[in-house]
Amino acid sequence: MNILNLLVIIPLLTVFGIAIAKDMKTVRWVSAIGMFVQLLTAITVMLLYLGIRKSGVTDEMVMMSDHLWFKTLNIHYTIGVDGISVAMILLTGIVVFAGIFASWEVEYLQKEFFISLILLATGVFGFFISIDLFTMFLYYEIAVIPMYLLIGIWGTGPKEYSAMKLTLMLMGGSALLIVALFGIYYNTEFADGTHSFNLLELAKQTMNADAQRFFFPFAFLGFGVLGALFPFHTWSPDGHASAPTAVSMLHAGVLMKLGGYGIFRIAMYLMPQAAHEQAWIFIILTSTSVIYGAFGAIWQKDLKYINAYSSVSHCGLVIFGLLMMNQTAMDGAILQMISHGLMTALFFALIGMIYSRTHTRMIHEMGGLMKVIPFLGVVYMIAGFASLGLPGLSGFVAEMTIFVGAFQHADIFYRVATIMAISAIVVTAVYILRVVGILLLGPIKNDHFLHLKDATWYEKISTITLLAAVAGIGLFPNWLYQIIFDSLEPIVTKLATVL
Amino acid sequence: MKFQDLFLIRHELLLTLAALILIVFELFTADNRKKSIVPISLFLLVLVTAIGILFPAKGIAFGGMYQTDSLRTAMKAILDIAAIIIFLQSYGWISKKANQGKTTEFYILILSTLIGMDFMISSGDFLMLYLGLELATIPIAAMAAFDRYKTNSAEAGIKLILSSALSSALLLYGLSILYGTTGSIYFEEVKLAFKPEPLPILGLIFFITGMGFKISLVPFHLWTADVYEGSPIAVTSYLSVVSKGAAIFIFTFVMYTVFADVSKVWSQIIVVLSITTMTVGNLFALRQENMKRFLAFSSIAQAGFIMLGILGMENQGMASVVFFLLVYVFTNLAAFSVVAAIDNQTGKENMADYNGLYKTNPKLSLIMMLALFSLAGIPPVAGFFGKLFLFSAAASNGYYWLLFIAVLNATISLYYYLRPVRAMFIEKNDNPIPAFKSDIYMRIGIGICVAGIFLTGFISAIFEYFISISNLF
Repeated sequence: MNILNLLVIIPLLTVFGIAIAKDMKTVRWVSAIGMFVQLLTAITVMLLYLGIRKSGVTDEMVMMSDHLWFKTLNIHYTIGVDGISVAMILLTGIVVFAGIFASWEVEYLQKEFFISLILLATGVFGFFISIDLFTMFLYYEIAVIPMYLLIGIWGTGPKEYSAMKLTLMLMGGSALLIVALFGIYYNTEFADGTHSFNLLELAKQTMNADAQRFFFPFAFLGFGVLGALFPFHTWSPDGHASAPTAVSMLHAGVLMKLGGYGIFRIAMYLMPQAAHEQAWIFIILTSTSVIYGAFGAIWQKDLKYINAYSSVSHCGLVIFGLLMMNQTAMDGAILQMISHGLMTALFFALIGMIYSRTHTRMIHEMGGLMKVIPFLGVVYMIAGFASLGLPGLSGFVAEMTIFVGAFQHADIFYRVATIMAISAIVVTAVYILRVVGILLLGPIKNDHFLHLKDATWYEKISTITLLAAVAGIGLFPNWLYQIIFDSLEPIVTKLATVL
Repeated sequence: MKFQDLFLIRHELLLTLAALILIVFELFTADNRKKSIVPISLFLLVLVTAIGILFPAKGIAFGGMYQTDSLRTAMKAILDIAAIIIFLQSYGWISKKANQGKTTEFYILILSTLIGMDFMISSGDFLMLYLGLELATIPIAAMAAFDRYKTNSAEAGIKLILSSALSSALLLYGLSILYGTTGSIYFEEVKLAFKPEPLPILGLIFFITGMGFKISLVPFHLWTADVYEGSPIAVTSYLSVVSKGAAIFIFTFVMYTVFADVSKVWSQIIVVLSITTMTVGNLFALRQENMKRFLAFSSIAQAGFIMLGILGMENQGMASVVFFLLVYVFTNLAAFSVVAAIDNQTGKENMADYNGLYKTNPKLSLIMMLALFSLAGIPPVAGFFGKLFLFSAAASNGYYWLLFIAVLNATISLYYYLRPVRAMFIEKNDNPIPAFKSDIYMRIGIGICVAGIFLTGFISAIFEYFISISNLF
């Protein structure tokens, strides 16, 4: 059996285990062990992938297997990975693993919480291993819908509103994707007159140019909604602010990356000509995202809102990098996906942990936390540095690569957009340092805070896992850079053919 | 007429026989033993269904008035399965004291409508279609008024009979124009003689209008909500699944066969009907508080989606419609079963009553959620596949803007499908519906529905089978 199948089977078995578990302790441990095994599987997949590449295999996708599902419509269950999806799988494995430990204290309807969380993760894993557009879409929707329950039941604040807004906007995005999906399917005809959902088969054909122009916006915006592209980002601040900790982690850390992944894997790869023609519109939108998100974060007082707006800015940078359409910038964009995924998950985990102690997320009500909870304080600071792009941490590698790639375009439009996007880094530094200053340093504002306890063992597992990954990418970026760089080859070549 | 002709209509004859057996049984049973009528009628229907599936008939009888083949047999089987599930879920309601004197009537009426629908599905000419349609409709009016001590049930009955009389009149008018211009009522001869001229087209439009009433397409839907709300739940689910399904099937069939050559004309009408039906159904469903009314408007909107499949033409369109109807049977009946179970136990049918249901009745809540997700078209349940195949059918003919409107509508529909989910799982309630256990019939019925919701999508053989038997073109 293909080892990739395990990535879907293990979470499902875990869900089953949780469903039959008797008490709260068992539920926690079943989830933790299940997701640990999942993480190990993800690492194994990565090692296997490296081994296969080392042995000289140059196929676009490896570890493939294919099962015919619906014969008439030529729908297959095809799975396989390249360097990018392997990296995303590893990211998801890490974030989900950390997420389980970050939600150790969930007590209300605990079983249902972990089941929904892991079902969501199943959808994400399935999405990253799919090659067939139909199954990819199926997994995509599985990943989105548990969000409604997760935010609605376990959220805080205006949770019903946020949950509904998030679900409707993301489902609206997937509605656009349905149109794009069938548009691609019926407008790409093979020599024998058949149609296919297979990504690799489709990429070998050239879609009719008019059809590309019509369907590219559907595909791009469909995924762009999930990637928090301005002006479709409004679900993100509300959703993240209301969501429980692990859900914010998973959503900002992984789910939003589905958007970026789909944009280059489906929209740009299959419709290169339209991508070139319409890129300018989306470059304007993403530059706006980057700046707008950063400025939005400056004005917020709630820690989660700050981080949610910062996610809009960072995810904007992902799409910005992708739209530069050269190998360096796209490599940087994908590194940014991974880096931001880890970093933002770490942020949300820390915010959840701080909130569970102080019972507030308003930065002005807190202060001097470094003195009472030094472990969490230090980790928060490091995460902040990663976010503002300090060398030695993952954020720097990613953003640097994006901008190096972006500057390869010499015309004035790209230059202006790039400089605008770069300027957001300064703003990022402002809001990160502001939060760090108010929250962690300075005098302790509330006597109640003097008795706070520092991180528990499960919180340490959660944060250290993520922190290690952030530092790991920051210190040894090259191997990941190289894997992604090689896998981008076919996509960039295809994009270049229409120039 | 030969003896073999009678053998061809064995499905209808067996149903008639079953109804007759029930009448005889009714005569010779004491009132206090009427409860045994439930398992007997259930057994008879299962038997007829099994014979229908295992020994499918194929051929033409009565000089072309009656036709049957694999596709029609499959459709009849789908309706039979739906009726079986309704028999199962209605046990709690029919065995109430108020219904003691008329238990058998319910089953006989259902069987006779099934006979009507089967004749309608198997019709080879417009006369048979009309007769079947009437036989299928009039008993339902009696059933709608079954709770005659309730005002709104009686109102539902009279509304249904009046609006179906109007629609039949329109249908007949259309058919007579068609007869007048083509000189025949047989499907094949009408197809050959039909010319795209104003008068025959008028006949076609009247035909679409008449059928539109039965399928409750907007703007012919006005009777639906009141009738659905007033009727007993068993009848509501029967109306929204079985009688609607049969009408949709024969409508699609006639459009694909008789009017295939003028598809350019009617496809425009269908596009408009589809858009209005989806949109209006959705917008009205948004604010409904009564669960039956809510499901009524949701089923109007679903009919709009089915119209997308009809636009697919070719075998894929037919197969996607039939497949969706099968999925719809399981999905909608699961939702109605939960509503019925709660209604039987507590008499409550408002959405606000469902607040906090998950705390007390987790299984029912989960089933309801599954059903609603399936109606909304969310994977991995069958509704996702059903809807995607309908979309695929429309896209295959290039209706991308219509598809766009449809998917936007699907997103809107998600809002109201999530409302009961919110009520059950998120809202707090100080005195929620207490925990209860449904009767065994209800649980079997729900079990069949849940299995159907999970399996019909994943088992690709079902859809492939429908494709293989939809050889109309």
